[in-house]
Amino acid sequence: MKAFLILEDGTVFEGKSIGSRREVISEVVFNTSMTGYLEVLTDPSYAGQAVTMTYPLIGNYGICKKDMESRRGWPDGFIVRELSRMPSNFRSEDTVQHFLEEYDIPGISGIDTRALTKILREKGTMNGMITTDAQYDLESILPRLKEYRVTGVVQRVTCEKEEAYVPGDMDSREGAPEKKVAVIDVGTKKNIIRCLLNRGCRVTVYPCGFDAEEVIAAKPDGIMITNGPGDPSECVEIIEQIKMLAQSGIPIFAICLGHQLMALAHGAKTYKMKYGHRGANHPVKDLNTGKVYISSQNHGYVVDGDSIGQDVAKPWFVNVNDGTVEGLEYAGKPIKTVQFHPEANAGPRDSELLFDEFMKMIGGQKCE
Amino acid sequence: MPKLEGIKRVLVIGSGPIVIGQAAEFDYAGTQACRSLKEEGMEVILVNSNPATIMTDKEIADKVYIEPLTVEVLQKIIEVEKPDSLLPNMGGQAGLNLGMELAESGFLDAHGVKLLGTTAETIRNAEGRQEFKDMMERIGEPCAASELVENIEDGIAFAETIGYPVVLRPAYTLGGSGGGIAHDREELVEILTNGLRLSRVGQVLVERCIAGWKEIEYEVIRDSNGTCITVCNMENLDPVGVHTGDSIVVAPSQTLSDKEYQMLRTSALRIIDELGITGGCNVQFALHPTSFEYIVIEVNPRVSRSSALASKATGYPIAKVSAKIALGYTLDEIPNAVTGKTYASFEPALDYVVVKIPRLPFDKFITAKRTLTTQMKATGEVMSICTSFEAGLMKALRSLAQHVDSLDTGDYVGWSDEKIMEQLSVVDDRRIYLIAEILRRGIADYDKIHEVTMIDPWFIDKLAILVEMEKKLKGCDGKLDRELLREAKRMEFPDNVIADWTGKTEEEVRNLRYQYGITAAFKMVDTCAAEFASETPYYYSTFDGVNEVEEQSNRKKIMVLGSGPIRIGQGIEFDYCSVHSVWALSQEGYETIIVNNNPETVSTDFDIADKLYFEPLTPEDVENIVRLEKPDGAVVQFGGQTAINLTETLMKMGVKILGTSAENVDAAEDRELFDDILEECCIPRAKGDTVFTTEEALRVANELGYPVLIRPSYVLGGQGMQIAINDKDVEEFIGIINRIAQDHPILVDKYLQGKELEVDAVCDGTDILIPGIMEHIERTGVHSGDSISVYPAPTVSEKVKETIAEYSRRLAKALHVIGLINIQFIAMNDEVYVIEVNPRSSRTVPYISKVTGIPIVDLATEVIIGKKIRDLGYEPGLQPAADYFAIKMPVFSFEKIRGAEISLGPEMKSTGECLGIAKTFNEALYKAFLGAGVNLPKHKQMIITVKDADKGEAIEVARRFEKLGYIIYATRSTAAVLNEAGIKARKVNKIQQESPTVMDLILGHKIDLVIDTPTQGRDKSRDGFLIRRTAIETGVNCITAMDTATALVSSLENAASQGEMTLIDIATIARRGK
Repeated sequence: MKAFLILEDGTVFEGKSIGSRREVISEVVFNTSMTGYLEVLTDPSYAGQAVTMTYPLIGNYGICKKDMESRRGWPDGFIVRELSRMPSNFRSEDTVQHFLEEYDIPGISGIDTRALTKILREKGTMNGMITTDAQYDLESILPRLKEYRVTGVVQRVTCEKEEAYVPGDMDSREGAPEKKVAVIDVGTKKNIIRCLLNRGCRVTVYPCGFDAEEVIAAKPDGIMITNGPGDPSECVEIIEQIKMLAQSGIPIFAICLGHQLMALAHGAKTYKMKYGHRGANHPVKDLNTGKVYISSQNHGYVVDGDSIGQDVAKPWFVNVNDGTVEGLEYAGKPIKTVQFHPEANAGPRDSELLFDEFMKMIGGQKCE
Repeated sequence: MPKLEGIKRVLVIGSGPIVIGQAAEFDYAGTQACRSLKEEGMEVILVNSNPATIMTDKEIADKVYIEPLTVEVLQKIIEVEKPDSLLPNMGGQAGLNLGMELAESGFLDAHGVKLLGTTAETIRNAEGRQEFKDMMERIGEPCAASELVENIEDGIAFAETIGYPVVLRPAYTLGGSGGGIAHDREELVEILTNGLRLSRVGQVLVERCIAGWKEIEYEVIRDSNGTCITVCNMENLDPVGVHTGDSIVVAPSQTLSDKEYQMLRTSALRIIDELGITGGCNVQFALHPTSFEYIVIEVNPRVSRSSALASKATGYPIAKVSAKIALGYTLDEIPNAVTGKTYASFEPALDYVVVKIPRLPFDKFITAKRTLTTQMKATGEVMSICTSFEAGLMKALRSLAQHVDSLDTGDYVGWSDEKIMEQLSVVDDRRIYLIAEILRRGIADYDKIHEVTMIDPWFIDKLAILVEMEKKLKGCDGKLDRELLREAKRMEFPDNVIADWTGKTEEEVRNLRYQYGITAAFKMVDTCAAEFASETPYYYSTFDGVNEVEEQSNRKKIMVLGSGPIRIGQGIEFDYCSVHSVWALSQEGYETIIVNNNPETVSTDFDIADKLYFEPLTPEDVENIVRLEKPDGAVVQFGGQTAINLTETLMKMGVKILGTSAENVDAAEDRELFDDILEECCIPRAKGDTVFTTEEALRVANELGYPVLIRPSYVLGGQGMQIAINDKDVEEFIGIINRIAQDHPILVDKYLQGKELEVDAVCDGTDILIPGIMEHIERTGVHSGDSISVYPAPTVSEKVKETIAEYSRRLAKALHVIGLINIQFIAMNDEVYVIEVNPRSSRTVPYISKVTGIPIVDLATEVIIGKKIRDLGYEPGLQPAADYFAIKMPVFSFEKIRGAEISLGPEMKSTGECLGIAKTFNEALYKAFLGAGVNLPKHKQMIITVKDADKGEAIEVARRFEKLGYIIYATRSTAAVLNEAGIKARKVNKIQQESPTVMDLILGHKIDLVIDTPTQGRDKSRDGFLIRRTAIETGVNCITAMDTATALVSSLENAASQGEMTLIDIATIARRGK
């Protein structure tokens, strides 16, 4: 069946419908990872967005449910050049097609994803519609596309209630828990939790509607604020709670959306980038050591480096390509945050050692 | 970090002659490194024995030594030039080994020379099998159970503890020389014996066999600050067991999930970090197909064929970045030249698929075993880029230029299903065609094919998709609707193939395409999957998307066609010519476009031409580019036969062919037209005629009288050329040639035996410039590419030289040559005959340019765009001869190709060449032999067995060897002749006779040299063939022409009498003739 991708600027791509046939409007973004489509599909940060994979062959190794980064698929659309008709991998249990159907995610294949990416690069991220209706009416659709905003997504993706994990859960390494870590789930990927479990932490995951006092009262050794979707400045209530966590003196590590929320909690500003960073190849430089790591990234917003004083936080990592802030170390507080994803999945594991850094902050163990 | 202090003069070691396993990729890497060093203000001293390279140009390095790559020569150069540092990791294994020897002996320290890039310790840890294994154990990276052995007994003992099959890998060899898989004790003894001998340190690794696992490679790069990135990963379609150089390789990996991809990536980074490599490095893994178990196969701490492929596949210039790192820069300081916006610390993201297919030499060595093993056999490779694997494979197949444009070769007609299935277990270069045939017949499912071949089902499914399309086309009954044609083109089925299968003409298919609006689009290779706007115009075509090539300038555009994969007869020299032509055109203000498909070359580096199209060199593919670019002209005369073959297509499209016109190229190739021209010019040639059939050939041969020379027209490298001495030969040779349908007639000529001479000249339509005359040491009958070539011609009279200059002038004029012309002559006494004329660049162009100091490609290019020789500051005619001798020595790779006939003949067999240059003829000859790896004496024992016609000359040669102290063994009749002449030759038995036979002698490892001249024509006796193969495979030098033997003994006499070797810096050779 034919499918159409209609962009806010009026561009229409004609391709083949994949996954669900539901019509959907979302924000169209692109990801340049060459592997890890399942991790992308299950990353809650993509809620409200349609992801374009720039690598042309998707689905080659099928679906291995163990590799899912959360309980379900999140994007509102999946855009590929070619979906492999026969997956091949010893762990493969299913096809991308079935996966998309299962989670009611509509998609389109057979389009020139490079041409689409170039449009997004030149004009910036924009909204789009995936539809199978060949009789679509551009005139009525375009205003609807312009109107669309990604909102309320953190609430959509966060866990329903507190969850508790001990080492050995989620295929992590067994062992007696040594430290307690509170994870603030604003859209976490499983591997953030797994990286903590692997380091002997007992983990309590709090939904995004958490009460800071309650978290502090539970006396965790450390707090992890996770990645997540959407515009950080929209999360007013969460930011208020994070302010309290920041004052508690409990060591905090934050990733991606967590990093942005922490900056906002300290009076910094965030802004929406033209087309964001989404991929597995972004170089970030540790300003303390001069060493560069290749990182996994997925963010459309970024902390404005000029909006935060050195007395509040100093830059820890910067993006080698565009110089944007990739990490902050807070002055006088045991708080460190990064914009990229040290938990990888998909992407390189070069910066996983930052979890060891967090362990050092809370007196825990390294992962051997 | 800023660049290191105190580095001003850097010595760079090249990789020497092109051999299997060490090809043009090192010219690419070395050239890039030298340019990168010069960019930083370094003075570059270059050593490489290979004159056909671009790196040995004086524009690339400040001091250029085309000298044998030996420790002694390097020590001498270091003493003379006093470099402060040495960059050893650009010259392949050869360069690295030399760098290591210099470092380990303490010579570098003693002379204050710093090893750049990588320390000797790192190289030892990476290359020494035991050291590497120990280090991997230390960091917990798995290696296959293995043991380093130095003798057969230990090998057997270990193999029997881990169980057969076992893999054998000699330490410190290139291209896996001497390695293999042994399935039982007998095979173990055979391979191990050979491997121990080939290893520089006499060690062979006996290892657990992991054949059938996925073979995955990572190209990683690390700076001195410890920042590591991976440039690219690659997956071999052929599982472990086939050398990666002989495998079909895709980039990036296709069947790995992120978990496997990152697991191996992390491992690669840990390894490079532990080794402390600064620069590029290749890590090869075997990944178990149904688990996460993996094994580190090996690490190459240097640029390699894989790094060249990765550079071209991604647009990331590994050698250039490595050179900068060696100077102390860090990855985040080095700009990404492709995007101009990002840095070298960015990992490339591909939004296309790259397919590499090796070019194997079995068309040249028809007796050779075609099986592919852990020992590399390919002479070159092609790469293609497209948006799907199917399309990439189809483009790569036709890039090979082997008369196969699809998976349907027609080779299996008449084969029974049983025979087909039986053949499936044979691992050779035809395997994918065979799998396609199995899928076509539906005689086995994916599981069965996978079970036998261990090729991942994903790839098998892709072959099936192509076969399904093939069936659709064949079965569409000529009803080629838009949807079907679009899908076929998306998979890159060429028009000619579609036409064949749908009963249309190629033109009908093309017109239909245009009618349906199906045209090729071009996309950019930008390292970043379109994330950033890029500046580098590096393109590939697809029928699956919109075009993104933008007009760059309003300058006049010229298209230069490259020469495709390196194969015997069409080597690196054509890349040299193409690149120089591009540079000369750029200098004249033209916009340049290069089209080529060889990832190993300099010409496909993205900063050579203004635009690079990485595309197959077929009429249809070139036409697509022409439609888009509408070049003002095209240059075909520098890209070998591959480019010449595209002339007609270009002309049909209205593209002006710059330089010699197509009609005149035809006139040189067409027998009758050419005879007319010779007659008109009053130039004699051997009598002959053209034929199509065996009957005609027999008639002509008998009229001329035997021996006769038989060859197809419009080929390069004497392909299919043979000397026939009787009717039986004629029947056989014509049969072989006609296995492929011939568009052009076959030539049958009277065979004249005399001195062979050659010129390369530039002609502007009026005047001709002849830089010099080259004389071949071997008489006619040996292909010019396999002959030792001497400049200036040492033994012919002034009269002959004058005649040659005069004939050249007449021919160039009669053929209206504009640009280059190569002419081969025979001189018998003072009579000069023309053998053949090629109005294009030739194999000897780089060599003659360098040794005469006359940049003839540049001049030819200037002439092509309308300049005159006189205006360029040259006096026409034959230029004065140099006051030194420069000798080009062919280099062969026979030891790599099991079963290949090594005797020299009219069909070219050498893979590369080296140069010997010196004030005296004998020293030049000695250096040339040394550069080719003929390093005598060791045991001072030799075997002579020659045909009757050579016995007279053998006496003289034997006498001279005897005087040098050699003990001579000879077979019965040769011994009798030698003894009679007073030479103490010891008689040995032939192979079938009782021991000790000639074979036992060779296998006893006490022989330096075998001189074995086969009977004329094709030597049918298994005896001679066996002797020659055994010699080659046990590393004994084997000479098959008396002239070569005479030259060798002269060179040895020189070595014995002369002390110090002299050196010549090519860069100081004055531009002659100005």
